[in-house]
Amino acid sequence: MRSIIYLLIGIFFGIVMYKSEAASWFRIYEMFQFKAFHMYGIIGLAVGLGIIVIQAIKRFKIKSFFGAQIVFEPKEKGVKRYIIGGILFGLGWALAGACPGPMFTLIGAGYIPILVVIAAALFGTFVYGLIRNKLPH
Amino acid sequence: MEIILNPWPWYISGFLIAFVMFLLIMVEKKFGMSSNLRTLCTICGADKTLDFFKFDWKSQRWNLIVVLGAIIGGFIGSHYLTNNVAVAIHPEVIQNLQALGFESAGKAYLPTELFDISALSNIKSLSVLIIGGFLVGFGARYAGGCTSGHAISGLSNLQMPSLIAVIGFFIGGFFTIHVLFPLIF
Repeated sequence: MRSIIYLLIGIFFGIVMYKSEAASWFRIYEMFQFKAFHMYGIIGLAVGLGIIVIQAIKRFKIKSFFGAQIVFEPKEKGVKRYIIGGILFGLGWALAGACPGPMFTLIGAGYIPILVVIAAALFGTFVYGLIRNKLPH
Repeated sequence: MEIILNPWPWYISGFLIAFVMFLLIMVEKKFGMSSNLRTLCTICGADKTLDFFKFDWKSQRWNLIVVLGAIIGGFIGSHYLTNNVAVAIHPEVIQNLQALGFESAGKAYLPTELFDISALSNIKSLSVLIIGGFLVGFGARYAGGCTSGHAISGLSNLQMPSLIAVIGFFIGGFFTIHVLFPLIF
């Protein structure tokens, strides 16, 4: 039953990624050229509403759909891993024009070469696991 | 119907992305896509050699189902909910891209120079896809999240680490577009 809910949320997410053009390489390029408001509007509005939603859940102790208390895990403190990892991610994001959500949406949209991007992303994840002890965090 | 078939404006899209995050929170999960890459590595056997991949991947099965949904959603969105795939980016950006050799700018959803099947036999295009993908995977795990986990979920929960990561995303993206692209293309 819950699996169906996750599947439906995923389908909805995939449609939104495609229709918002957040899965378009061109929109990512345009965003980093600072030439259009589109992507900034999407992210800005999502974060603005997200802040209100999360604050409301915390303040009014809103329960989940299944009646349990909702817990938000804070991110681990630190600077280096976030700035260095973030820059590396950004370099790749602008090259491939897809981040880990839209990548999968683009399989469904029928772009075969995105499989190369995903395979490379899996390899990148693996290499991080391989050398993470040697990296500053 | 026309409203659905046209590209969705930012205020609809932004609202719906926040709604996706809300739904995942309300079913006691969280919005974060890149952790699926780690899970997939574990399923492929990476846990046999590296501790980083040793975890009960079944606890992340829900997120793989979300990914499966995202694939189906991409199919539905592109096949049934779209008339014209051309992405109307800014005219100056189209000019700029055409000057770099991207003839498909303004006419397609993704550049054919990178995402047409023929691009796979072009060393430059293939390298861009491989290096780009590699950095996305490596960087997302190093930073502990991607656009969904940090930029949307993390910032929504007012997390300073996420703000640092997002600043990093933009420094990296800016560098690629303004410094690397003129060199590569």
